[in-house]
Amino acid sequence: MDYWNYAEYAAWGVSALLGLLIIFDWLRTDSTYSEDVLTSSREGEVEAVAEKHKL
Amino acid sequence: MAVAEAAGAVPHTERVSLLRVLGPAHVWALGVGIVLVGEYMGWNFAVGKGGAYAALVACWMAGLLYTCVAMIDSEVTSTVAAAGGQYAQAKHIVGPLMAFNVGLFLVFAYTMLEAGNAITVGFLVDTVAKMAGHEGVDQRPFIVLSIMFLAWLNYRGVLATLTFSLVITAFAFVAILVLFFAVQPWSADSPLRHAELITKELPYGWLGVLAAMHFGLWFYLGVEGTTQAAEEVRSPSRALPYGTMASMMTLAIAATLTWYICAGLMPWEYLGQAGVPLFDAARLTGSTLLMWLLGIGTLFATLASANGCINDASRAWFSLGRDHYLPAWFGAVHPKYRTPYRSIIFLVPVAMLFALQVPLDQVITFSILSGLLGYTFMPINMIMFRKKWPLDTIKRGYVHPMHPLPALVLIALCGLTYFAVFLGYGTQLIAMMTFYIVVSLWFHFWRYRFVKRSDQFTMPWPRPNGY
Repeated sequence: MDYWNYAEYAAWGVSALLGLLIIFDWLRTDSTYSEDVLTSSREGEVEAVAEKHKL
Repeated sequence: MAVAEAAGAVPHTERVSLLRVLGPAHVWALGVGIVLVGEYMGWNFAVGKGGAYAALVACWMAGLLYTCVAMIDSEVTSTVAAAGGQYAQAKHIVGPLMAFNVGLFLVFAYTMLEAGNAITVGFLVDTVAKMAGHEGVDQRPFIVLSIMFLAWLNYRGVLATLTFSLVITAFAFVAILVLFFAVQPWSADSPLRHAELITKELPYGWLGVLAAMHFGLWFYLGVEGTTQAAEEVRSPSRALPYGTMASMMTLAIAATLTWYICAGLMPWEYLGQAGVPLFDAARLTGSTLLMWLLGIGTLFATLASANGCINDASRAWFSLGRDHYLPAWFGAVHPKYRTPYRSIIFLVPVAMLFALQVPLDQVITFSILSGLLGYTFMPINMIMFRKKWPLDTIKRGYVHPMHPLPALVLIALCGLTYFAVFLGYGTQLIAMMTFYIVVSLWFHFWRYRFVKRSDQFTMPWPRPNGY
């Protein structure tokens, strides 16, 4: 085992940790907020208030 | 809402949308960041196809193609400022079936490019390990780590993601400039030897120039991704044209300098198959400092590209979900980080699968083909946009000059590039076209029934001419 072998194990470990962080937050968010809220984004909101496209 | 509240969910009455925090510099970072890796590696296969001068012709022809793309994109996106970029443009200007296809072109082009970048990170780690005297590094953990780290960054917020891209992209670009000044082209002591190294002007004739176009795209592939930031910039009509055109100018400079340095330091026979040509050029100068600079630049350019690809692919997938072209579940926005978090998560295993299972050249070819299909849509889109909504009907953030010349040039160059790709990867081209025909049939005969047709068209524009 040399430095590069340790680096391989570290890369696997950090990847797994980041994956777990994402999955944990994903599940917590989905169980905290309703689906209506999470999917409430609508296209064109800025158009309604700022970008009128009037000449 | 009632079910969720009964289950202890937090009541929330406001809409959760993507966060408008980006400026022109972030748009520049997105455009240049995705592409600059092409200067560090990949473009040089054009030299192998047709020689050094063929690669230069391809570089400038592709530059012309992408200048048309940037001008067209800037005009339409400064008017259709929505996540999804060209997908949203197609939806408003051409129609749902075109939009569905364009959305998929975008997702495939960026996800495949992300996979290609992750493979490259593994290759770079292996190269460094070999230089340090260690043979046989397992590349897989580094491929997985690059995807996971950048997905996590994207998940946590767009401002941090693109600020990270801005820093590493600027570093990679400055590294090319430093190398150019270090070789002192104006000096008699310069190590550049173009006249001695380019022994044959066009070793495979003009057919070689045509074949080189395939990899000529490499100098600029992905710059059109700036449009994906449309819903997250503070001022779309200002930031998108500025950011996109500045990206194109930066890339034209970087591409030409890259060719000039590499063609003057390496014989074209070697350059045509080199893995990391700019890094090799730095090594040939004999400067350890330049070697480190360009080595880190190569890694940064690769990470910036993968980072931008995750950003862009997830916005396109999110937009498809939000309009019910795909399950609406993908159209969710994270209430705290304000990112399309489910789309980001969904595309992680897809990118990982391709990065770990498919060879680099195949992954890249799928990316190029999807990109090329997207570019073919743009001139059609532009001509229809000007016809349906002439300049005196709606205000644009930017009006591109000489219409319809850029659209016609773009469609001609796309035709030329299809032929170039067909010469090298005809089977993949046909397989890709078949795939898009099959999914189009699925969308037309099945999926479109779930789309809320009246909700799709969100722009407060007047009725189009002729309707």
